[in-house]
Order: sequence, then C-alpha cells, then structure tokens
Amino acid sequence: MTMSEKRAAKATRSFNLGEFFQKYTMIIALVVVTIIFSRWPGKEGLILLPSNLTGLIAENAYVFVLATGMLLCILTGGNIDLSVGSVVCFTAAVGCIMMASGANIWVTVLAMLAIGLAIGVFQGFWIAKLRVPAFIATLAGMYAFRGFSNVVLNGYRVDITNQTFLMLFGNGKTSFVPDVIRQQFTGLDSIFNKENTALAGIIGENFITNFNLTCMVLGALAALIFVIARIRRIRVQKKLGIIQSTWGQVVSTVIIALLVLWVAFKLSCYRGLPYVLIWIALVLGIYAYITTKTAIGRHLYAVGGNEKATALSGVKTRNVYWFAYANIGLLAGLAGILTAGRAKGIDPVYGEGYEMDAIAACFIGGASAYGGTGKVSGMIIGAILMGVINKGMIIVGVDANYQKVVKGIVLLIAVMFDVLSKRQKR
Amino acid sequence: MANILLEMKNITKTFPGVKALDTVNLQVEEGEIHALVGENGAGKSTLMNVLSGIYPHGTYEGDIIYNGQVCRFSNIKDSEKLGIVIIHQELALVPEMTIGENMYLGNEVGHKFAINWNKTYAEADKYLKMVGLEESSKTLVKTIGTGKQQLVEIAKALAKKAKLLILDEPTSSLNEEDSRALLDLMLSFKKQGMTMIIITHKLNEVAYVADKITVIRDGTTIETIDNHGKEPVSEERIIKGMVGREITNRFPKREGVKIGEVEMEISHWTVHHPLYPERKVVDDVSMYVRKGEVVGIYGLMGAGRTELAMSIFGQSYGVNFSGELKLDGKNVKMKKSEADAIRHKIAYVTEDRKGNGLVLSQSIKVNTSLANLGAISSHTVIDGDREYAVAEEYRNKLKIKTPSVEQLVGNLSGGNQQKVLLAKWMFAEPDVLLLDEPTRGIDVGAKYEIYCIINDLAAAGKCVILISSELPEVLGMSDRIYIMNEAKIVGEMKAEEATQEKIMTAILRSGRGA
Repeated sequence: MTMSEKRAAKATRSFNLGEFFQKYTMIIALVVVTIIFSRWPGKEGLILLPSNLTGLIAENAYVFVLATGMLLCILTGGNIDLSVGSVVCFTAAVGCIMMASGANIWVTVLAMLAIGLAIGVFQGFWIAKLRVPAFIATLAGMYAFRGFSNVVLNGYRVDITNQTFLMLFGNGKTSFVPDVIRQQFTGLDSIFNKENTALAGIIGENFITNFNLTCMVLGALAALIFVIARIRRIRVQKKLGIIQSTWGQVVSTVIIALLVLWVAFKLSCYRGLPYVLIWIALVLGIYAYITTKTAIGRHLYAVGGNEKATALSGVKTRNVYWFAYANIGLLAGLAGILTAGRAKGIDPVYGEGYEMDAIAACFIGGASAYGGTGKVSGMIIGAILMGVINKGMIIVGVDANYQKVVKGIVLLIAVMFDVLSKRQKR
Repeated sequence: MANILLEMKNITKTFPGVKALDTVNLQVEEGEIHALVGENGAGKSTLMNVLSGIYPHGTYEGDIIYNGQVCRFSNIKDSEKLGIVIIHQELALVPEMTIGENMYLGNEVGHKFAINWNKTYAEADKYLKMVGLEESSKTLVKTIGTGKQQLVEIAKALAKKAKLLILDEPTSSLNEEDSRALLDLMLSFKKQGMTMIIITHKLNEVAYVADKITVIRDGTTIETIDNHGKEPVSEERIIKGMVGREITNRFPKREGVKIGEVEMEISHWTVHHPLYPERKVVDDVSMYVRKGEVVGIYGLMGAGRTELAMSIFGQSYGVNFSGELKLDGKNVKMKKSEADAIRHKIAYVTEDRKGNGLVLSQSIKVNTSLANLGAISSHTVIDGDREYAVAEEYRNKLKIKTPSVEQLVGNLSGGNQQKVLLAKWMFAEPDVLLLDEPTRGIDVGAKYEIYCIINDLAAAGKCVILISSELPEVLGMSDRIYIMNEAKIVGEMKAEEATQEKIMTAILRSGRGA
C-alpha cells in the first residue's frame, strides 16, 4: 500500500463531520432546541419536567398517528391527504354519538376504525382507479367530512362519559397503566421514601414517593429487548459483510437504549406509562415494519422513486396508491379515537389543521416532497421536534400567533436543508 | 466562392466518462443547405447544442466563428440574438396555446407589462403565410396536425429573425407528402438567401436538398461531401462514410452455444398507438427466437422496435393488439399486465434505464430484487439477508463496480446502472430477454462486459432479442437479424450473410417504396 492509498483508506475510516451533520441534521436540531428551552432564563429545566414530557406525548398523539399514514402517501410521490383532519372529526363524531346512545365501547372503537378505513378506501378508489389528483380528491374529502361531522353532531358538542374509553384513549389521571408492582409489593413503599436519601438523591425528593416502578421496569425491559435485537442484527450483518465497522451501530444502539430508559424514568416520576403511548408505539412499530420489511412497503418506495420502472417490474402501481390512502383512512379513524378520548368528547371544529401538522412532521423528518424517500424514524424525529418547539414556546410564553410563524420557519428551513444536501450529492 | 457564415473549429465536448465530440470541424457557407449525417449517438445533436448555446461557452473546447467573429454563447438567447435558431426534433409547442402565442413565447411583443396581442397576431400571420400555412394564428396548436406544427416551428424561427436555421430531424414525424413540402420550403428559403443546417437520417432527403454533406461518426468529422455534381450523391457513398468503421475484437466470441428449438414466436403481431389508435406502431410482424439464440433487431429511431418489444412484454405499450404469441410451441393469451409477462418468463430491459428502468433513489439491492420480490420473501415479508445475498451474487457475477450493494443506483456510472438493470431482470429468471439498446450511452469497456453477459445468457439457453440502433453491435452480437422500418419487418438475414450496406439498403429501399 502506498502512502497516498493509506491516507485515503484512513480518511474513509475516520469520522466524517460533514456527513455526520447531513445524516443527523434533525436529531442535532432537536437536541439544540431542547437545550435552548431547558436553559431559557427564568424557565430553566421546565420543559424536561416529567409532567411536561407526559403532556408532550398526549398532545401530539394524533400527529404521530396521522403522520405515519401521511408518510405512506408522501412516499408514493409527494402525494398528501388533506382530508384527515375532517375524517378525524367525523369518526370521532360518529363514535361519540354511538357511545352517547349506549353502544358497547368495543363495538364503537371497531366502528370508528372501520369508518376511517372505509373513507380511506373510498378516497383511494378515486385517486388510484379514477386518477383524480390526490390533492383534489382529498380536498373534496376535507370539505365533505367536515360537513358530515357538523350534520352528525347537529352543530353541538357531544361528551363522552364512558370511563373505560376515557381511560384507554384519554389523558386524564386514570389514563395510565397502574403501578401493579408497587400495588402488589407494598413493602417497596419503605424503599421509595423521602427518608431513603440515597435513592431520593437519584430520583428527586418530589417524585420518589409516587415513583411508578411498573413503568420503569417496562421501560428497562423495552430497552433490553431492543439492545438484544440490535446485537443479533449487528452480528448477522457483520457475518454477511454488510457492515465493516460496528462502531456506529453500537453507539446508536447505546444512545437509543439510554433514551428509552430516560423517557421511562421521566414518565415514572409523573404518573407512569400513559395508555396513549402504547397505541402510538404500536402504530409506529407496525408501520416501521411494513415500510422496511414487507413487499408492499418496498413498492411504496419504488412507486415514489420511479413509477414507470415499478410498473414495468410487474407491480400494480395503482393498487399501491390505493393501499396508502386506505391506510391513512384507518389511521385517521384511530386518531379520531385518540382525539375524542383526550377532549372527552367531540366538537364540530376538532381536527382542523391536523393534516398540516402531519405533513409538516413528515417533511421535517426528511421525507422527500417528490416521493421515494423518507422513514418512519425520521418522521418520529420530525413530530417530536415540532412538539418540543410547540411546548417550549408555550412554556417560555411566546405569543400564540408568533408560535405559528416559528413553526412555518422551522418547516421551511428543514426542507431547505434537505434540498441542499441532496443537491450536493448530484 | 461564397462567404463562410459559420465555422466551428476543433470542437471537443466531454461528458463524464464519454467524449461526445472530438475535435469536430464544420464550415457552413452563406446561403447553403448543409446536411449533417451520422448514426444515432454520433454527436450531431451535441454539436448543434454547442452551437446554439445549450452547452454554454466553457463547457466545451474549440471556437465558434460566426460572421467572422468568435462567439461565446452562454445560453440560447445569445445565439438567437445573432440569428442562429435551432428547431428541435421534439416539437416544443404548447398544445393548449394558439399558434401566435406559441410563436412569441418567451419573445413577447409589446410593452414589458402588457403584451400587444394585435401586433402579435398580425406578425404571426405574416410569418405563417411565408411558410405556406393558411391557418389563422389564433388557432389552437393542438387542433393542427404534426406536419403543420412543424411549419409553425419554422415560422417561429423566422419570427426570431433567423439567419442560420438548424433543423434537427425535421421530417422524422412527418409523412412522405408533408416531408416533401417541407424540403421544398427549405429550397425556397435558400433562394431568399437563408442558410440552413439539416440533421437527418433520411439520406434521400439529404441528396435532394443539401449542397454539402458533413459526415460525423463517433464524435469526429469524417468528411464533407459536395453535392454539386451533375448526379446527386449516391446514398451508398454517404452510408460508407457513416458506418465505415473497423470492427476488430469489439465483440466477444460466442463459441459452442447450441441453438435449440423455437422458444417464442409471434405472428401477425399488430399494435396501435395509444394516443392515435388509427396509427399502427407495429404492423403485421412475424418473428421467432430459439433457445440459446441472440436475435438482433435493427432499425432507425422510430422504426417501432421498442414498441414491438414492449407490446410483447405484457402489452405494456399500445392499444388494439392483434396477432398470436406462442411460447414453447403453445399459444399464450397474455393479459395486459407486466406481472403476467414476468410469470410467463419474459423480461423487457428498457432502453431508458433512468426513466423506465431503475429507481435511482434506492439502493442496488432494492433495484435488483424489485421485479422478483416474491423469490426473497415469505408471506410478503422480505428476508433482508437473502435479498442482500442475491444482490451480492449479481454484483459479483456482472462485475458491478461499487463498494456496496447498499449504494444508491443514482450515484453509479451509466455502465454500472445498466448492469444493475440487467441484474434485476436476470434475477427475475426469464427464458426470453428483450434487451432494448442495452449499451446506449456507456463506454466501450462496459459495452464489452455487457456483450459478455449476453453471451453467458445465450450459453445458459436463454433467448435474447437484442434491439439496437448501432449496426456494428447488431452485426457483431447476433446469430440472426431482423430489420425493422416504419413498424414493419423489412428484412431478415443470418449474421454471416449480413453487412452494414445490405441492412442500410434494406431500410432505405423500404422507406422509399412506401
């Protein structure tokens, strides 16, 4: 090996700062924004309080769920679904009316999901089979289902009184997985006590008495399962020669595991694991799997990347569009359930602007406006970043109107970064 | 001797990895019609793009001397200001606009903030009369035929005060009658002192209108022929210049491959244009291909080769199909579906790898498996490790040069992209491969490797149909050659019997006879 070859080899092995920034732009932005808000003069550390973290999850549940569906649509070629806000309201309206007239909660939940799915299938039919541009078909849906919501609700708010529904899908005091461990083993109360100064020093005096051990244990379990899965994956990849260096993988595994533990810890300090988080995690997990591991997921990316080439590869591209829009309908149904649960009822104006939040989360999370690229993980970062900025601005007391301005600027800058980094590659 | 209006001196233009033009020289006298001929990809259009400023000064080497002055165009506007106007092969008219609007698009008459429509239409009518069009300039472009649209393009060029008019294959989409009218129009312009450059494949047209003929081959000027003799220049004379290259070892030998029984056969295969169903794009074609055989289909652009191949591949192009398709001696009624074609073990490797072939934003791995995801997944769940292994296997087999199969296809060179495309279709395990221009736009080394892959496929008993507009390639690679022109098969010969002259003659004869 000559000197220059050695140097070249070393250069490729060593850490490339520019590439690092390009790949993790949004994660870095998220960290920076969080630090800024947590160091804000007079509001130090407020954003990282357990109650605020729990609130962040509850308030943005609909964004995670809708953005997942939106991502599938965007993948097919930058197509969006403008109707989701109205569909959320409509499914919630039907569900609330059903429950108000005494329907079984599980029947109601299934009906709401089915209505969402049916709407998705219907809109997908117009888009995929009749080739009405997605923007227009869903704009029509946005008007129509807003109107239907008003009709169903007769213009008035309908409340939910079913406690089971509110517990599972809302964010009241009861909407948390109960601390079964400490309920079983009451002897633990002597350990989680202010007198136990060693532990109080770690957890914090304010939180130790009500520390939710079940949530912490579940969090630790999740982190452990994640680490084991990653280690197995890294081993296989190493064996096959897919990756040469395990460094990056190990570091990211450790960071994500620590993050899971940290979130679990924070949640344990407040009321524990909210049920909403379980629904979100389920949706994200299922769709991350669909997009990365299944044939239909592959087809979504392929259609967005090059529809003609995909069609010539024997894929029924129209059905791929249909799949994407049917899915976002189903997820809008779920978002309707969560929205109704959180608001303990439904008002004819709920859900307005939800579609835009979902779209923004996808684009901030690195999805291409032309389709073909974008990941669930990126979308999660995008949604969290928006949520943190929202919450942060409320905490530091930014005027509500300016909050919108800031959101707009963030979206613009995020997409600009994306476009610029892609242009450099070409 | 007349004044030299344009001189292009030692023009060299390189694209990444390819030298498109190599010290090309061109002299055009004032008031003449100068024809530029050469095979597809010889560099004619590139040369004209250099001249018109589409490739701005600085992206090429050499000088453009126009009217005695060295010109450095940085865009089309610069060259148009001097009266150099190019009419592209693809008509650049907006169908939903009127003729007048189209003619002055980007060149609007009147005040900066208010177009003077009266003047626009009056002027437009004047130029339309000059090209012999009776339509009003307020007619929508979409309502007139392609022949008349071509005339509108010329009127548009005249409106730009053209002194040097460049026509890039102006008659490629016209019928015989319209073509003749257009050529006569060119001759009448010549009488009025206009200078023109015409790029064309139709050599009878060249002999008819051109004063001088410059032959370009492989990016260099071969010769300039004077057409002022008593007899018009013979087509054979021009063809010789166009194709007269030596063929030594450009094609690997295929030895000991046994040609088996007929695998696929089509008879009376007819396909109509999807937008103009009255037009036949494939007209009563019958052909067959045997196991282990490489069958070449040669024809000029627009002869209907791609349309033929795509119509066989699950009717992915065209409408109103008729004719029979036999696979392994059995009649097959294929649905209008690419998936059905793949099930019947037919693969179509497109000529347009970026547009129709590859998903550039995805990795080599993803592209390789796309046409046969079923083979690496169970219950529609993809086995990532198996997929990786498959991609690796083909990377080694086809010698795709890349650090990893996770590399995005968009970042690969043309030759490697072509190999990925081939890998994708080889992984689909077809019996019949329709290869449409498999070596277009890739360098000589990669071409050789693609030829080796073709030989391997034949040796494995596959049927290969090789569509190409490069004559030497067809001659060097095929066992048997079909010649296609104007939607028909106009000749079939064994490779041993075929020569470039014979093939060209077959095409030109059929074209004139029509």
